[in-house]
Amino acid sequence: MAKGPNVNWLPVKDDNRPVNLDLTKFHFPLPAITSILHRISGVLIFVGTAVLMWLLAESLSSEEGFQRVGEWLQSPIVKFIVWGILSGLLYHLIAGLRHLLMDAGIGETLEGGRRGAVLIIVFSVISILIAGVWVW
Amino acid sequence: MVSRVSGATNLGRNGLHDWVLQRFSAIVLAIYTLGLLGWFAVNPDFSYGAWRGLFDATWMKIATLAAIIALCAHAWIGMWTIATDYLTSLALGKAATFVRLLFQAGCVILIFTYLVWGVQILWGL
Repeated sequence: MAKGPNVNWLPVKDDNRPVNLDLTKFHFPLPAITSILHRISGVLIFVGTAVLMWLLAESLSSEEGFQRVGEWLQSPIVKFIVWGILSGLLYHLIAGLRHLLMDAGIGETLEGGRRGAVLIIVFSVISILIAGVWVW
Repeated sequence: MVSRVSGATNLGRNGLHDWVLQRFSAIVLAIYTLGLLGWFAVNPDFSYGAWRGLFDATWMKIATLAAIIALCAHAWIGMWTIATDYLTSLALGKAATFVRLLFQAGCVILIFTYLVWGVQILWGL
């Protein structure tokens, strides 16, 4: 039998059941992908909040500060960064709302889970495109 | 040992408490985000006066502070979840607990910075 990864930290030792915890070797179904994207987008907007708060502080500091933020937002790089943060925010929001629906017992079956994942992708792609049009 | 330390760095008293805090803060953040996006949609090409007027209103200051506090709780729970899922001894060996505590300390510093900075933006101008 192939030797599994080091699982000495598990409470059960000398267990010869096959172990495959190597995530890189799994084929991920869509619900798994939407789930990991929820986590990745969460980290992205946690860090991106610094950029948004900086823009907020500057834009509220004075009339000149407000103009400066307006000028920064003309730059393609800044536009791209803001669009990236907005995309993360929209995706996280949509996937989060779906979580709340599942907490309420909606879409909890295997088939419901797959449909929900497809809906997350559809709604987030649409809203991310709208956000892109708005930023540019 | 690992589970005991990971149980010490979560925000709530227990998993159920974290679960409720995460959902409650999520709802606050969703309402605030949708409200702000709605404001942008209704006021395209807004002026400094309109923008400043929005954040000068007491209800907006309170709503923004509520959103920042919700963000602090939400980020703490989310980052704890990710840290205890990925920064494990399976991935990092013996250094795992140290690396994870370092990562979480960094998260707490950033969360605290957001809170103080947010208060300063809202009331310190």
